[in-house]
Amino acid sequence: MSISLDEVRHVAHLARLELDEIELASFQTKLNALLGHFEDIAGVDVSGVQPKPHAVSLVNILADDVVIEGLEREQALLNSAETKAGLFIVPTIIEE
Amino acid sequence: MADYVVSVGMEVHAELLTQSKMFCRCKVAFGGMPNTRVCPVCIGLPGTLPVPNRAAVEMVLKTALALNCTIAIDSVFHRKNYFYPDLPKGYQVSQYGDTNPIGYDGYLEIPTPEGGTKKIKIRRVHLEEDTGKLMHLPGGGSGVDYNRAGVPLMEIVTEFPPDIESPDDAREYLVQLRSLLVYLGVTDGKMAEGSVRCEPNISIREKGSTQYGTKTELKNLNSFRAVQLGVAFEAKRQAEVLESGGTVRQETRGWNEATESSFLMRTKESEQDYRYFPCPDLIPMHFSEEQIERVRSTIPELPLAKLQRYRADYALSDYDAGLLVADRDWAMFFEEALELGGEAKAICNWMNGDFAKMLNESGQGAMAGGKSHPERKTSLVRPEHLVDLAKLVSDATINGKMAKEIFAEVFDTGKMPSQIVEEKGLRQVTDTGAIASAVAEVLASNGSQVEAYRGGKESLIGFFVGQVMKKTQGRANPQLVQDELKKQLSGD
Ligand SMILES: [Zn+2]
Repeated sequence: MSISLDEVRHVAHLARLELDEIELASFQTKLNALLGHFEDIAGVDVSGVQPKPHAVSLVNILADDVVIEGLEREQALLNSAETKAGLFIVPTIIEE
Repeated sequence: MADYVVSVGMEVHAELLTQSKMFCRCKVAFGGMPNTRVCPVCIGLPGTLPVPNRAAVEMVLKTALALNCTIAIDSVFHRKNYFYPDLPKGYQVSQYGDTNPIGYDGYLEIPTPEGGTKKIKIRRVHLEEDTGKLMHLPGGGSGVDYNRAGVPLMEIVTEFPPDIESPDDAREYLVQLRSLLVYLGVTDGKMAEGSVRCEPNISIREKGSTQYGTKTELKNLNSFRAVQLGVAFEAKRQAEVLESGGTVRQETRGWNEATESSFLMRTKESEQDYRYFPCPDLIPMHFSEEQIERVRSTIPELPLAKLQRYRADYALSDYDAGLLVADRDWAMFFEEALELGGEAKAICNWMNGDFAKMLNESGQGAMAGGKSHPERKTSLVRPEHLVDLAKLVSDATINGKMAKEIFAEVFDTGKMPSQIVEEKGLRQVTDTGAIASAVAEVLASNGSQVEAYRGGKESLIGFFVGQVMKKTQGRANPQLVQDELKKQLSGD
């Protein structure tokens, strides 16, 4: 199992990370080392072990449908770089 | 031009009628000031722990059962990863996989114009969360409101290959599905407010070909009519592309209501780019047989079954029965009237006739506390009013014309029809002696018309009836008047 330079580039794009060629190569090496660990895991004999949907052996942790007051608007907007009329302001979105 | 057939897959999203959001307990509502129904969970602050809403889970379970689905005994939530500012966490919680959605492999039956039904196969019914709303600001930049972010959203997707094969099918599917969801009480069904949203994907292929064409997806359809027109428009547009030697591109297109045409929005990201994986914050769901049966027992009689029963048991036309079942409150009103001893056909005629018209004109609703229109004033007319009124007509206490006038008064005042009849002395004149003398008087004072009638101008009967009705202030029984007129005109 190994990852190509193009795949690293693609994943970086999906994560909106701007990487130069040197960084891309460096991440390729690191990610390939990581994938090596997965190969070790893949080599473990799991025959007879039931797949689990979650690491924790719990089901149905659900909440009752009851409204609880959230944040005041001023609090909610506190960390926003820019706000206007009670809205979070982000750069203009251009549909690709 | 070659002969093309159209195939339509439908993705329908319905906002669930819960009090609180999907993974936090912020209030669910429409409108209001931006960012006033938010908390650390739904604006995606780090370090928060989402907990799913039990009511939302059961609403999806109920819908899946009503759509004849197989239930995933064990079902998990996944993260669908993409960057867009209306999605504060950088992912949308959804459900991935063929047999993981709460419901899969179901079907919805829709009526066909020939009077039969057609099965539309459903691939999946799953639970996810809605996104926030993005507003493009005039001075540049975009504003984000997260009031809607995290509202429970149910997605219902039809099976491939599609069973929907015409614009009419597409419309009927949505009509039936929306109606079913409203009957189940899981959504308010308001398309204009985005409570129910429909995104059809449309492809065409040459008749006889087994190879499905490239699909385009349509967005911004917020009425049944828009769905029908949109599908028809896309089918025609694609045929023109093919006929001119081009190829249909897989793309997302928006619907322009004003021009009744579609426009290119953006090319669709490929599925693997979403990097779905099970959400580690959310504990899996497990449905017991007991829970499934308990939820199943809360499913009411569904619209299509009701329609078929009304047709069979009350001999109502497709059209009349369709109007009655289109809205659950309306059907309940009808059934209450029947329980009070109302005659089905008469009650149906009042409801679908004058009553519906007056409700429409006054903006009132038939039932109190209707979840779908809580803002509407409830009509003063109750089922017992219609039962009383229909009885007054059927036992000939009043005639049809008087009944219409009385109904208008009932609508305004909420008085019982029989009380109005008593108060105003409106009883229909059925006393044959009184009618005979009124007829005699009319004939005596209209000598030339009598002569003309006897000379063969039989259409004058209407004139005589009118005169007698006038003389009796509209209270004479019209049938008795007719009979008496014919008797006196042919006699002596
Ligand atoms: Zn919240």
